[in-house]
Amino acid sequence: MDYALESLIKIAIVLGVIITTVAYVVLAERKVSAYIQNRLGPNRVGPWGLLQPLADGLKFILKEDVIPNHVNKAIYLIAPAAILVPALMGFAVVPFGDTLMVVGREVQLIISDADIGVLYILAVSSLGVYGVVLGGWASNNKYALMGGVRASAQMISYELSLGLSLIGVLMIAESLKLSDVVNLQATGTVLGVLPAWFVFNQPIACLVFMVSVFAETNRLPFDLPEAEQELVAGYHAEYSSMKFAMFFMAEYAHMITASALIATLFFGGWHLPGVDPTDSSFALSVLKVLVFAVKTAFFLFVFIWVRWTVPRFRYDQVMRLGWKYLLPLALLNVLLTGLYLTLNR
Amino acid sequence: MLSDYLPIVLLLVIAAGFAAVNLGITHLVGPRKPNPVKLSPYESGVPNIGDARLRFSVKFYLVAMLFIIFDIEVVFLYPWAVVFKDLLAQGTFVFTEMVVFLGVLVLGLAYVWRKGGLEWD
Repeated sequence: MDYALESLIKIAIVLGVIITTVAYVVLAERKVSAYIQNRLGPNRVGPWGLLQPLADGLKFILKEDVIPNHVNKAIYLIAPAAILVPALMGFAVVPFGDTLMVVGREVQLIISDADIGVLYILAVSSLGVYGVVLGGWASNNKYALMGGVRASAQMISYELSLGLSLIGVLMIAESLKLSDVVNLQATGTVLGVLPAWFVFNQPIACLVFMVSVFAETNRLPFDLPEAEQELVAGYHAEYSSMKFAMFFMAEYAHMITASALIATLFFGGWHLPGVDPTDSSFALSVLKVLVFAVKTAFFLFVFIWVRWTVPRFRYDQVMRLGWKYLLPLALLNVLLTGLYLTLNR
Repeated sequence: MLSDYLPIVLLLVIAAGFAAVNLGITHLVGPRKPNPVKLSPYESGVPNIGDARLRFSVKFYLVAMLFIIFDIEVVFLYPWAVVFKDLLAQGTFVFTEMVVFLGVLVLGLAYVWRKGGLEWD
Protein backbone atom coordinates (compact mmCIF):
# COMPACT_ATOMS: atom_id res chain seq x y z
CA MET A 1 0.00 0.00 0.00
CA ASP A 2 2.85 2.32 0.92
CA TYR A 3 4.44 1.53 -2.41
CA ALA A 4 1.29 2.42 -4.34
CA LEU A 5 0.89 5.68 -2.41
CA GLU A 6 4.53 6.57 -2.98
CA SER A 7 4.10 5.86 -6.70
CA LEU A 8 0.95 7.98 -6.86
CA ILE A 9 2.73 10.94 -5.27
CA LYS A 10 5.66 10.59 -7.66
CA ILE A 11 3.32 10.32 -10.66
CA ALA A 12 1.39 13.41 -9.55
CA ILE A 13 4.60 15.41 -9.17
CA VAL A 14 6.12 14.23 -12.46
CA LEU A 15 2.94 14.82 -14.48
CA GLY A 16 2.53 18.23 -12.86
CA VAL A 17 6.10 19.16 -13.69
CA ILE A 18 5.82 17.86 -17.27
CA ILE A 19 2.59 19.74 -18.00
CA THR A 20 3.91 22.97 -16.45
CA THR A 21 7.15 22.54 -18.39
CA VAL A 22 5.18 22.01 -21.60
CA ALA A 23 3.43 25.33 -21.03
CA TYR A 24 6.67 27.12 -20.33
CA VAL A 25 8.62 25.49 -23.16
CA VAL A 26 5.98 26.93 -25.49
CA LEU A 27 6.63 30.33 -23.95
CA ALA A 28 10.39 29.76 -24.17
CA GLU A 29 10.02 28.80 -27.82
CA ARG A 30 8.20 32.05 -28.56
CA LYS A 31 10.67 34.11 -26.55
CA VAL A 32 13.79 32.48 -28.03
CA SER A 33 12.43 32.70 -31.57
CA ALA A 34 11.62 36.34 -30.93
CA TYR A 35 15.14 37.12 -29.75
CA ILE A 36 16.65 35.14 -32.64
CA GLN A 37 14.58 37.28 -35.03
CA ASN A 38 15.30 40.50 -33.16
CA ARG A 39 11.79 40.87 -31.73
CA LEU A 40 10.53 41.00 -28.14
CA GLY A 41 8.04 38.12 -28.09
CA PRO A 42 5.12 37.91 -25.64
CA ASN A 43 5.56 40.58 -22.99
CA ARG A 44 2.06 41.82 -22.08
CA VAL A 45 0.70 39.11 -19.78
CA GLY A 46 2.68 39.36 -16.56
CA PRO A 47 6.37 40.33 -16.26
CA TRP A 48 8.31 39.11 -19.36
CA GLY A 49 5.09 37.44 -20.49
CA LEU A 50 5.44 34.83 -17.74
CA LEU A 51 1.68 34.44 -17.34
CA GLN A 52 1.18 33.94 -21.10
CA PRO A 53 0.88 30.11 -20.78
CA LEU A 54 -2.00 30.56 -18.31
CA ALA A 55 -3.78 32.92 -20.68
CA ASP A 56 -3.20 30.51 -23.59
CA GLY A 57 -4.56 27.58 -21.58
CA LEU A 58 -7.72 29.48 -20.63
CA LYS A 59 -8.23 30.56 -24.21
CA PHE A 60 -7.93 26.97 -25.45
CA ILE A 61 -10.62 25.83 -23.01
CA LEU A 62 -13.02 28.68 -23.80
CA LYS A 63 -12.78 28.44 -27.60
CA GLU A 64 -15.41 26.77 -29.74
CA ASP A 65 -14.76 23.09 -30.39
CA VAL A 66 -15.51 22.68 -34.10
CA ILE A 67 -16.12 19.09 -35.19
CA PRO A 68 -16.54 19.30 -38.98
CA ASN A 69 -19.34 17.34 -40.67
CA HIS A 70 -17.17 15.19 -42.88
CA VAL A 71 -14.92 13.63 -40.23
CA ASN A 72 -14.94 10.03 -39.05
CA LYS A 73 -16.17 11.03 -35.63
CA ALA A 74 -15.10 8.16 -33.34
CA ILE A 75 -11.51 8.08 -34.63
CA TYR A 76 -11.39 11.87 -34.84
CA LEU A 77 -12.18 12.05 -31.09
CA ILE A 78 -9.79 9.25 -30.08
CA ALA A 79 -6.75 10.53 -32.02
CA PRO A 80 -5.75 13.41 -29.68
CA ALA A 81 -5.90 11.06 -26.68
CA ALA A 82 -3.98 8.39 -28.62
CA ILE A 83 -1.11 10.81 -29.14
CA LEU A 84 -1.17 12.52 -25.72
CA VAL A 85 -1.26 9.43 -23.49
CA PRO A 86 1.93 7.78 -24.87
CA ALA A 87 3.66 11.17 -24.80
CA LEU A 88 2.95 11.52 -21.08
CA MET A 89 3.86 7.89 -20.33
CA GLY A 90 7.33 7.94 -21.82
CA PHE A 91 8.86 9.67 -18.83
CA ALA A 92 7.94 6.81 -16.45
CA VAL A 93 11.30 5.03 -16.59
CA VAL A 94 13.61 8.06 -16.73
CA PRO A 95 15.53 8.54 -13.46
CA PHE A 96 15.33 12.23 -12.59
CA GLY A 97 17.57 11.90 -9.55
CA ASP A 98 19.27 9.34 -7.35
CA THR A 99 17.50 8.65 -4.05
CA LEU A 100 15.97 11.09 -1.60
CA MET A 101 15.25 10.60 2.12
CA VAL A 102 11.67 11.73 2.72
CA VAL A 103 10.15 11.27 6.21
CA GLY A 104 12.48 8.39 6.98
CA ARG A 105 11.86 6.56 3.70
CA GLU A 106 14.45 6.21 1.01
CA VAL A 107 12.61 7.16 -2.16
CA GLN A 108 14.09 6.32 -5.54
CA LEU A 109 13.54 9.29 -7.83
CA ILE A 110 12.03 7.44 -10.78
CA ILE A 111 8.42 6.40 -11.35
CA SER A 112 9.26 2.83 -12.26
CA ASP A 113 12.76 1.38 -12.43
CA ALA A 114 11.63 -1.37 -14.80
CA ASP A 115 14.21 -3.86 -16.06
CA ILE A 116 13.25 -3.14 -19.66
CA GLY A 117 13.45 0.67 -19.38
CA VAL A 118 15.01 1.45 -22.77
CA LEU A 119 12.73 -0.98 -24.58
CA TYR A 120 9.69 0.49 -22.79
CA ILE A 121 10.53 4.02 -23.90
CA LEU A 122 11.07 2.98 -27.52
CA ALA A 123 7.81 1.02 -27.50
CA VAL A 124 5.69 3.72 -25.87
CA SER A 125 7.10 6.63 -27.87
CA SER A 126 6.50 4.79 -31.15
CA LEU A 127 2.82 4.39 -30.19
CA GLY A 128 2.49 8.13 -30.80
CA VAL A 129 2.52 7.49 -34.55
CA TYR A 130 -0.98 5.97 -34.27
CA GLY A 131 -2.41 9.26 -33.05
CA VAL A 132 -0.81 11.09 -35.95
CA VAL A 133 -2.03 8.68 -38.63
CA LEU A 134 -5.52 8.28 -37.16
CA GLY A 135 -5.92 12.02 -36.71
CA GLY A 136 -4.73 12.71 -40.24
CA TRP A 137 -6.97 10.09 -41.81
CA ALA A 138 -10.10 10.71 -39.72
CA SER A 139 -10.03 14.45 -40.45
CA ASN A 140 -10.96 13.66 -44.07
CA ASN A 141 -8.94 16.64 -45.19
CA LYS A 142 -6.31 16.50 -47.94
CA TYR A 143 -3.72 18.43 -45.97
CA ALA A 144 -4.29 16.32 -42.87
CA LEU A 145 -4.06 13.07 -44.84
CA MET A 146 -0.78 14.06 -46.50
CA GLY A 147 0.61 15.19 -43.14
CA GLY A 148 -0.39 11.93 -41.47
CA VAL A 149 1.06 9.74 -44.22
CA ARG A 150 4.31 11.70 -44.31
CA ALA A 151 4.59 11.58 -40.53
CA SER A 152 4.10 7.83 -40.35
CA ALA A 153 6.74 7.07 -43.01
CA GLN A 154 9.20 9.49 -41.45
CA MET A 155 8.71 8.32 -37.87
CA ILE A 156 9.06 4.62 -38.65
CA SER A 157 12.14 5.26 -40.82
CA TYR A 158 13.99 7.07 -38.06
CA GLU A 159 12.86 4.60 -35.42
CA LEU A 160 15.26 2.09 -36.99
CA SER A 161 18.35 4.22 -36.51
CA LEU A 162 17.03 5.33 -33.09
CA GLY A 163 16.80 1.72 -31.94
CA LEU A 164 20.10 0.68 -33.54
CA SER A 165 22.06 3.61 -32.12
CA LEU A 166 21.28 2.45 -28.58
CA ILE A 167 22.65 -1.07 -29.16
CA GLY A 168 26.23 0.14 -28.72
CA VAL A 169 25.36 1.81 -25.42
CA LEU A 170 23.58 -1.32 -24.19
CA MET A 171 26.55 -3.51 -25.10
CA ILE A 172 28.70 -1.48 -22.71
CA ALA A 173 26.03 -0.97 -20.04
CA GLU A 174 24.86 -4.63 -20.12
CA SER A 175 21.43 -3.53 -18.93
CA LEU A 176 18.24 -2.00 -20.27
CA LYS A 177 17.57 -0.39 -16.89
CA LEU A 178 18.07 3.37 -17.15
CA SER A 179 19.26 3.66 -13.53
CA ASP A 180 22.03 1.14 -14.32
CA VAL A 181 23.01 3.17 -17.39
CA VAL A 182 23.29 6.33 -15.26
CA ASN A 183 25.18 4.61 -12.43
CA LEU A 184 27.69 3.29 -14.94
CA GLN A 185 28.33 6.81 -16.24
CA ALA A 186 28.75 8.17 -12.71
CA THR A 187 31.95 6.22 -12.07
CA GLY A 188 35.22 6.14 -13.96
CA THR A 189 36.62 8.33 -16.71
CA VAL A 190 37.26 8.27 -20.44
CA LEU A 191 40.89 8.89 -21.51
CA GLY A 192 41.65 9.83 -17.91
CA VAL A 193 40.06 13.28 -17.92
CA LEU A 194 36.55 13.20 -19.35
CA PRO A 195 33.65 11.82 -17.27
CA ALA A 196 32.52 8.35 -18.39
CA TRP A 197 29.48 9.75 -20.19
CA PHE A 198 28.37 7.81 -23.23
CA VAL A 199 28.74 10.86 -25.45
CA PHE A 200 32.51 10.29 -25.16
CA ASN A 201 32.33 6.48 -25.28
CA GLN A 202 29.79 6.35 -28.07
CA PRO A 203 30.00 9.58 -30.08
CA ILE A 204 28.52 8.03 -33.25
CA ALA A 205 25.60 6.62 -31.28
CA CYS A 206 25.01 10.01 -29.66
CA LEU A 207 24.99 11.77 -33.03
CA VAL A 208 22.64 9.25 -34.66
CA PHE A 209 20.36 9.25 -31.62
CA MET A 210 20.06 13.02 -31.49
CA VAL A 211 19.31 13.38 -35.21
CA SER A 212 16.76 10.54 -35.06
CA VAL A 213 15.08 12.07 -32.03
CA PHE A 214 14.61 15.34 -33.92
CA ALA A 215 12.90 13.39 -36.70
CA GLU A 216 10.81 11.36 -34.24
CA THR A 217 9.44 14.48 -32.56
CA ASN A 218 8.66 16.04 -35.96
CA ARG A 219 10.76 19.08 -35.17
CA LEU A 220 12.56 21.19 -37.71
CA PRO A 221 14.55 20.41 -39.85
CA PHE A 222 12.28 17.33 -40.06
CA ASP A 223 8.86 18.97 -39.60
CA LEU A 224 7.57 17.78 -43.00
CA PRO A 225 4.35 16.36 -41.48
CA GLU A 226 3.25 19.85 -40.47
CA ALA A 227 5.16 21.98 -42.94
CA GLU A 228 3.10 25.17 -42.63
CA GLN A 229 3.83 26.53 -46.07
CA GLU A 230 2.74 23.31 -47.80
CA LEU A 231 0.25 21.59 -45.52
CA VAL A 232 -1.12 24.42 -43.33
CA ALA A 233 -0.88 22.46 -40.06
CA GLY A 234 -0.61 18.89 -41.38
CA TYR A 235 -2.38 16.17 -39.45
CA HIS A 236 -4.06 18.50 -36.96
CA ALA A 237 -5.40 21.01 -39.52
CA GLU A 238 -9.04 20.17 -38.68
CA TYR A 239 -8.66 20.23 -34.89
CA SER A 240 -9.64 23.19 -32.76
CA SER A 241 -9.61 24.38 -29.13
CA MET A 242 -8.47 21.82 -26.54
CA LYS A 243 -8.08 19.00 -29.09
CA PHE A 244 -5.55 21.10 -31.00
CA ALA A 245 -3.88 21.87 -27.67
CA MET A 246 -3.57 18.14 -26.99
CA PHE A 247 -1.56 17.62 -30.18
CA PHE A 248 0.56 20.55 -29.14
CA MET A 249 1.07 19.24 -25.60
CA ALA A 250 1.99 15.82 -26.97
CA GLU A 251 4.66 17.30 -29.25
CA TYR A 252 6.24 19.23 -26.41
CA ALA A 253 5.93 16.35 -23.93
CA HIS A 254 7.76 14.19 -26.49
CA MET A 255 10.45 16.85 -26.67
CA ILE A 256 10.82 16.86 -22.89
CA THR A 257 11.11 13.07 -22.74
CA ALA A 258 13.57 13.14 -25.64
CA SER A 259 15.73 15.79 -23.95
CA ALA A 260 15.64 13.86 -20.68
CA LEU A 261 16.64 10.71 -22.57
CA ILE A 262 19.57 12.39 -24.30
CA ALA A 263 20.71 13.69 -20.90
CA THR A 264 20.23 10.27 -19.27
CA LEU A 265 21.74 8.02 -21.90
CA PHE A 266 24.60 10.14 -23.19
CA PHE A 267 25.29 12.96 -20.75
CA GLY A 268 25.35 11.19 -17.40
CA GLY A 269 21.79 11.85 -16.21
CA TRP A 270 21.92 13.37 -12.73
CA HIS A 271 25.69 12.88 -12.49
CA LEU A 272 27.89 15.95 -12.07
CA PRO A 273 31.68 15.45 -12.29
CA GLY A 274 33.27 16.01 -8.91
CA VAL A 275 30.18 15.08 -6.91
CA ASP A 276 30.37 11.77 -5.07
CA PRO A 277 27.71 9.56 -6.76
CA THR A 278 27.31 7.33 -3.68
CA ASP A 279 26.66 10.16 -1.22
CA SER A 280 22.88 10.47 -0.82
CA SER A 281 22.60 13.25 1.76
CA PHE A 282 19.58 15.50 1.32
CA ALA A 283 21.43 18.51 -0.12
CA LEU A 284 23.35 16.40 -2.64
CA SER A 285 20.22 14.55 -3.72
CA VAL A 286 18.48 17.83 -4.44
CA LEU A 287 21.58 19.02 -6.29
CA LYS A 288 21.46 15.88 -8.48
CA VAL A 289 17.83 16.58 -9.40
CA LEU A 290 18.83 20.14 -10.30
CA VAL A 291 21.74 18.90 -12.43
CA PHE A 292 19.35 16.64 -14.32
CA ALA A 293 16.87 19.49 -14.76
CA VAL A 294 19.58 21.81 -16.12
CA LYS A 295 20.82 19.18 -18.60
CA THR A 296 17.28 18.52 -19.80
CA ALA A 297 16.59 22.25 -20.09
CA PHE A 298 19.74 22.64 -22.15
CA PHE A 299 18.64 20.03 -24.69
CA LEU A 300 15.18 21.60 -24.81
CA PHE A 301 16.94 24.84 -25.69
CA VAL A 302 18.87 23.01 -28.43
CA PHE A 303 15.55 21.79 -29.89
CA ILE A 304 14.27 25.39 -30.03
CA TRP A 305 17.60 26.78 -31.22
CA VAL A 306 17.78 24.34 -34.14
CA ARG A 307 14.16 25.01 -35.11
CA TRP A 308 14.75 28.72 -35.58
CA THR A 309 18.15 28.35 -37.26
CA VAL A 310 17.95 25.51 -39.79
CA PRO A 311 15.71 25.40 -42.89
CA ARG A 312 13.41 22.44 -43.61
CA PHE A 313 14.59 19.42 -45.63
CA ARG A 314 12.82 18.19 -48.73
CA TYR A 315 11.01 14.89 -48.21
CA ASP A 316 13.39 12.86 -50.39
CA GLN A 317 16.31 14.32 -48.43
CA VAL A 318 14.69 13.27 -45.14
CA MET A 319 14.25 9.70 -46.33
CA ARG A 320 17.75 9.57 -47.84
CA LEU A 321 19.32 10.79 -44.60
CA GLY A 322 17.43 8.22 -42.55
CA TRP A 323 17.94 5.13 -44.69
CA LYS A 324 21.22 5.79 -46.50
CA TYR A 325 23.26 7.64 -43.88
CA LEU A 326 21.97 7.14 -40.33
CA LEU A 327 21.05 3.46 -40.67
CA PRO A 328 24.46 2.33 -42.05
CA LEU A 329 26.18 4.62 -39.52
CA ALA A 330 24.28 3.00 -36.65
CA LEU A 331 25.14 -0.48 -37.97
CA LEU A 332 28.79 0.54 -38.23
CA ASN A 333 28.67 1.73 -34.62
CA VAL A 334 27.40 -1.67 -33.44
CA LEU A 335 30.20 -3.37 -35.37
CA LEU A 336 32.90 -1.02 -34.04
CA THR A 337 31.68 -1.38 -30.46
CA GLY A 338 31.67 -5.16 -30.79
CA LEU A 339 35.17 -5.12 -32.29
CA TYR A 340 36.46 -2.86 -29.50
CA LEU A 341 34.96 -4.99 -26.74
CA THR A 342 36.32 -8.17 -28.34
CA LEU A 343 39.85 -6.80 -28.66
CA ASN A 344 39.80 -5.47 -25.07
CA ARG A 345 38.13 -8.38 -23.35
CA MET B 1 9.90 -7.59 -10.62
CA LEU B 2 6.23 -7.41 -11.46
CA SER B 3 5.66 -4.62 -8.92
CA ASP B 4 7.79 -2.37 -11.14
CA TYR B 5 4.87 -2.22 -13.53
CA LEU B 6 2.25 -1.10 -11.00
CA PRO B 7 3.36 2.58 -11.26
CA ILE B 8 3.23 2.32 -15.06
CA VAL B 9 -0.36 1.07 -14.91
CA LEU B 10 -1.24 3.87 -12.48
CA LEU B 11 0.39 6.37 -14.81
CA LEU B 12 -1.57 4.98 -17.78
CA VAL B 13 -4.86 5.39 -15.87
CA ILE B 14 -4.04 8.95 -14.77
CA ALA B 15 -2.77 10.02 -18.21
CA ALA B 16 -5.87 8.56 -19.87
CA GLY B 17 -8.06 10.40 -17.34
CA PHE B 18 -6.23 13.64 -18.07
CA ALA B 19 -6.74 13.15 -21.81
CA ALA B 20 -10.44 12.36 -21.31
CA VAL B 21 -10.98 15.51 -19.23
CA ASN B 22 -9.25 17.57 -21.93
CA LEU B 23 -11.40 15.99 -24.63
CA GLY B 24 -14.62 16.70 -22.77
CA ILE B 25 -14.01 20.11 -21.23
CA THR B 26 -14.46 22.29 -24.32
CA HIS B 27 -17.78 20.60 -25.08
CA LEU B 28 -19.02 21.82 -21.73
CA VAL B 29 -17.43 25.26 -21.55
CA GLY B 30 -16.91 26.44 -25.13
CA PRO B 31 -19.51 28.20 -27.27
CA ARG B 32 -21.29 26.41 -30.14
CA LYS B 33 -22.14 28.44 -33.23
CA PRO B 34 -21.95 26.04 -36.19
CA ASN B 35 -22.53 27.16 -39.76
CA PRO B 36 -22.16 25.22 -43.04
CA VAL B 37 -18.93 26.91 -44.07
CA LYS B 38 -17.30 26.35 -40.71
CA LEU B 39 -18.18 22.65 -40.81
CA SER B 40 -16.78 22.00 -44.29
CA PRO B 41 -13.23 20.69 -44.88
CA TYR B 42 -10.50 23.31 -44.87
CA GLU B 43 -8.98 23.77 -48.31
CA SER B 44 -7.38 27.20 -48.09
CA GLY B 45 -10.70 28.95 -48.65
CA VAL B 46 -11.51 27.69 -52.15
CA PRO B 47 -14.60 25.50 -52.74
CA ASN B 48 -13.82 21.86 -51.98
CA ILE B 49 -12.92 19.45 -54.76
CA GLY B 50 -13.96 15.91 -53.83
CA ASP B 51 -13.04 14.43 -50.46
CA ALA B 52 -9.75 13.30 -48.99
CA ARG B 53 -10.17 9.56 -49.55
CA LEU B 54 -7.67 9.70 -52.38
CA ARG B 55 -4.81 7.50 -53.46
CA PHE B 56 -1.38 8.22 -52.11
CA SER B 57 2.02 7.10 -53.34
CA VAL B 58 2.80 3.40 -52.90
CA LYS B 59 6.25 4.47 -51.69
CA PHE B 60 4.85 5.05 -48.21
CA TYR B 61 3.62 1.46 -48.16
CA LEU B 62 7.04 0.21 -49.26
CA VAL B 63 8.70 2.14 -46.44
CA ALA B 64 6.35 0.56 -43.93
CA MET B 65 7.22 -2.95 -45.20
CA LEU B 66 10.96 -2.28 -45.07
CA PHE B 67 10.53 -0.89 -41.56
CA ILE B 68 8.85 -4.05 -40.30
CA ILE B 69 11.59 -6.27 -41.74
CA PHE B 70 14.48 -4.23 -40.35
CA ASP B 71 12.83 -3.38 -37.04
CA ILE B 72 12.35 -7.04 -36.17
CA GLU B 73 16.07 -7.57 -36.78
CA VAL B 74 16.84 -4.62 -34.50
CA VAL B 75 14.66 -6.13 -31.77
CA PHE B 76 16.65 -9.37 -32.06
CA LEU B 77 19.81 -7.39 -31.34
CA TYR B 78 18.57 -6.10 -27.96
CA PRO B 79 18.80 -9.27 -25.83
CA TRP B 80 22.05 -10.11 -27.56
CA ALA B 81 23.54 -6.67 -26.78
CA VAL B 82 22.73 -7.02 -23.07
CA VAL B 83 24.52 -10.36 -22.70
CA PHE B 84 27.36 -9.56 -25.13
CA LYS B 85 30.03 -9.02 -22.46
CA ASP B 86 28.99 -12.14 -20.55
CA LEU B 87 29.32 -14.25 -23.68
CA LEU B 88 32.65 -12.61 -24.54
CA ALA B 89 34.05 -13.95 -21.28
CA GLN B 90 33.49 -17.46 -22.70
CA GLY B 91 35.22 -16.78 -26.01
CA THR B 92 35.17 -14.61 -29.11
CA PHE B 93 32.70 -16.77 -31.05
CA VAL B 94 29.89 -14.33 -30.09
CA PHE B 95 31.63 -11.63 -32.13
CA THR B 96 31.78 -13.87 -35.19
CA GLU B 97 28.09 -14.58 -34.74
CA MET B 98 27.40 -10.86 -34.61
CA VAL B 99 29.34 -10.20 -37.81
CA VAL B 100 27.34 -12.91 -39.59
CA PHE B 101 24.00 -11.54 -38.31
CA LEU B 102 24.85 -7.94 -39.14
CA GLY B 103 26.23 -9.15 -42.49
CA VAL B 104 22.83 -10.58 -43.39
CA LEU B 105 21.22 -7.32 -42.31
CA VAL B 106 23.63 -5.24 -44.42
CA LEU B 107 23.13 -7.58 -47.37
CA GLY B 108 19.39 -6.99 -47.17
CA LEU B 109 19.88 -3.25 -46.99
CA ALA B 110 22.30 -3.32 -49.94
CA TYR B 111 19.79 -5.36 -51.96
CA VAL B 112 16.97 -2.87 -51.28
CA TRP B 113 19.34 -0.02 -52.08
CA ARG B 114 20.45 -1.55 -55.42
CA LYS B 115 16.85 -2.30 -56.38
CA GLY B 116 16.01 1.37 -55.88
CA GLY B 117 13.69 0.76 -52.94
CA LEU B 118 15.16 3.71 -51.08
CA GLU B 119 14.92 6.18 -53.97
CA TRP B 120 12.31 8.88 -53.56
CA ASP B 121 11.40 10.90 -56.60
